[in-house]
Amino acid sequence: MTTPVSTSQTEPQRNWKDYFTFNTDHKVIGIQYLVTSFIFYLIGGALAAAIRTELATPESDFVDPEVYNQLFTVHGTVMIFLWIVPAGAGLANYLIPLMIGAKDMAFPRLNAVAFWLIPVGGLLLMASFFIEAPQAGWTSYPPLSLTMGQVGEEIWILSVLILGTSSILGAINFLATIIKMRIPEMGWFDMPLFCWSMVATAIMVLLSTPVLAAALIMLSFDLLVGTSFFDPNGGGDPVVYQHMFWFYSHPAVYIMILPFFGVISDILPVHARKPIFGYRAIALSSLAISFLSLIVWAHHMFTTGTPAWLRIFFMATTMAVAIPTGIKVFGWCATIWGGKLRLNSAMLFGIGFVSSFVIGGLSGVMLASTPFDLHAHDTYFVVGHFHYVLFGGSVLGLFGAIYHWFPKMTGRYMNEFWGKVHFWLTLIGLNITFLPMHELGLEGMNRRIAIYDAEFQPLNVVATLGSYLLAVSTFPFMINVVWAIFKGQPASGNPWKALTLEWQTSSPPLIENFEEEPVLWCGPYDYGIDVPPEDQQSVQELLSEVKTDMGR
Amino acid sequence: MTTANKITIIVLAILIAIISLWYGQNHGLLPAAVAPEAEAIDGLFDFMMIIATGLFLLIQGLLIYTAIRFRRKPSDDTDGPPIEGNVALEIVWTGIPTVIVLILSIYSFEVYSTIGGLNPKAAKDEGPQPVAEETQSEQGLMASASDYLALGLGESPANQAKNLTPLSIDVNAIQYAFLFTYPDTGVVASELHVPVGQPIQLNISAGDVIHAFWVPQLRLKQDAIPGREAQLSFTPEKPGTYPIICAELCGPYHGAMKTNLIIESQQDYEAWLQQQQVAQSESLDNAVALENSNSLLTPYANQLGVNQQLLDELKAYSQ
Repeated sequence: MTTPVSTSQTEPQRNWKDYFTFNTDHKVIGIQYLVTSFIFYLIGGALAAAIRTELATPESDFVDPEVYNQLFTVHGTVMIFLWIVPAGAGLANYLIPLMIGAKDMAFPRLNAVAFWLIPVGGLLLMASFFIEAPQAGWTSYPPLSLTMGQVGEEIWILSVLILGTSSILGAINFLATIIKMRIPEMGWFDMPLFCWSMVATAIMVLLSTPVLAAALIMLSFDLLVGTSFFDPNGGGDPVVYQHMFWFYSHPAVYIMILPFFGVISDILPVHARKPIFGYRAIALSSLAISFLSLIVWAHHMFTTGTPAWLRIFFMATTMAVAIPTGIKVFGWCATIWGGKLRLNSAMLFGIGFVSSFVIGGLSGVMLASTPFDLHAHDTYFVVGHFHYVLFGGSVLGLFGAIYHWFPKMTGRYMNEFWGKVHFWLTLIGLNITFLPMHELGLEGMNRRIAIYDAEFQPLNVVATLGSYLLAVSTFPFMINVVWAIFKGQPASGNPWKALTLEWQTSSPPLIENFEEEPVLWCGPYDYGIDVPPEDQQSVQELLSEVKTDMGR
Repeated sequence: MTTANKITIIVLAILIAIISLWYGQNHGLLPAAVAPEAEAIDGLFDFMMIIATGLFLLIQGLLIYTAIRFRRKPSDDTDGPPIEGNVALEIVWTGIPTVIVLILSIYSFEVYSTIGGLNPKAAKDEGPQPVAEETQSEQGLMASASDYLALGLGESPANQAKNLTPLSIDVNAIQYAFLFTYPDTGVVASELHVPVGQPIQLNISAGDVIHAFWVPQLRLKQDAIPGREAQLSFTPEKPGTYPIICAELCGPYHGAMKTNLIIESQQDYEAWLQQQQVAQSESLDNAVALENSNSLLTPYANQLGVNQQLLDELKAYSQ
């Protein structure tokens, strides 16, 4: 697809049309992923606004109850499978080859296939609104999912199977690329932490997604040809579906958060001008989370058909997740402590990520406790909890990543003022929306309901207003991105004076990434080392020095 | 570290501890607790809230302080100190969470045991049973009278020690109502009446899709799964009327699937039971959605297609 070039003078420029083709350049694919998933984020957000509008009043008055169930079913599916997971894959696509000094991913064509499955699965799911939308929740538990409309349910199954396949193909590629394509000098512990988090993510995807596919295929058989894998009327067991579903879907939570753990571990040191605190601990804790994620799934099933020993075992393993997660959180706090913080948009989103994620983490440990979960399971407490993790965590991390790497991707800075407006609107909006949900759940409001007790209305109104603020918060971001692409202040190859390899090439990078193979002249986070304060040299200058030394 | 700094840190730590201890016990986030099971779970929640508040204040405080204190001076383009880690500190913040989650696990285990979760009669998974069996009320009667095994919470060790015989009630969840059958008398009701102080054992099953039985004031929840028996035990202590909520998505009108738990004195309970027995011989209509006290569902009765034919079917079903 691309021809090798020797000098930058003859370097072909990326054409905007390339972004609409089956291109195999990982950078094009990365941006395709990010833009596509952002469009689905807007759709998922519109669905959320509709849900919150319905919940502004205790009666079922904004939409029909069936439509309401369709709204939250598709909202959950879109936000998970079409926004956070592919957006993480998009970042990984763009960044991994650059971070390890490779020209492209290990399997470029597979990479393009993995991306193009996303719009296919996404459009299929969207089409369901015009045919018959699924309405059994994103968990799609049988027997309910077998009785709520065959067409809608099968569209949902096919869509998730397609998106799951895309995820598996992506994971194979990330793992192969990281293992085989690092520049020779780069050992495992010289990699940026984002690469470590993607190793952990890819392992989870590869081990757990096939189980989801199996569950969905069996569900299809029950739905279409009348088998009884999960149908109790024929001797099947609906609880088995729950085990298989959560065997994927709990790791999925970490599949959605780990890439952003990596993002934060890369953003904070750059803008704090300090090395990451405890590199090995943060790197290995990603693998620990990856391992633990495979043995915690039944904490979603403490109130279903599970025996006591199983509830206790999964309580203990779930609580253990707090240990590697705590290592990361304390490591991040210690990284910025004593630094020289540049509080730009990327850094604000990075700190906001830690702040919001901690709230979701603390409520997560509470929910792990079996007796307390008997009360809180399937309530708004859980809804509040996972929105703090996935919105306060993943989405803030993702915005941080966009502000941080936007100059690399486009060669232009985003506007800082509007970036900060975006940050504060998002942070305030998310707390107004999701904090009251904890109290609602504890007081007795269950989830997935269009009709609720009038005593819960005041806090629901607060949450609804917060969700409108979140809707408003996306506008400064979108305008900023479009404005910056055309009019943003031009950025150099290394505008943040960062040390990881992606900053050693031009912005935007050449089609084959690096003019010549990049040189690993220091660790990824060696800030404040080897650079005497009185002798300020830019990374570029140091790089050229190193190159001269090596006689290149 | 200067003495002034040390004092500041100690004062802050004490302050965080005091605020956490106070807030953990005065958060006011939970509704009334009407059974000893609920009180045990509240004790656990308060304990977790104390720890969570402490950690919340510590980390948010650290972040806010860092963001203000360590922001870059406009003229300063230098890097921060090259501190790459501190093994002692890292061991501390790995060790403390490990100890905390160990304590939480043991405390949770203890509470789970107190509320009857480890009762061998309720702790074993017998796997799925054919659905058809449960619809025969006679077999249901025999089953609940014998010592069959079901999932969920069994008799609590405290009640076992007192040698109290629990009152067994069958709960059948269907779209979108709960049916309560009192096997001893054959009474079928749409609301759950229980006498105060009497240990209750609910045998929970579902007729169509998965539902869940939840009473926020009991802090207890158990899914009703078609093809499986589940069990929930508690001892009501405070008289009053409390909501019973279906907590597992069961269809479009899931939000309206509610009824009441009425904890009343032994006399009131017996009077109610007698009245039901008389009424039951005449009509079962009060057992279904259309005519029960569920004001949330009534407006949707027509959309749901609840009509006389369905009532008759239900009547036949619950007998």
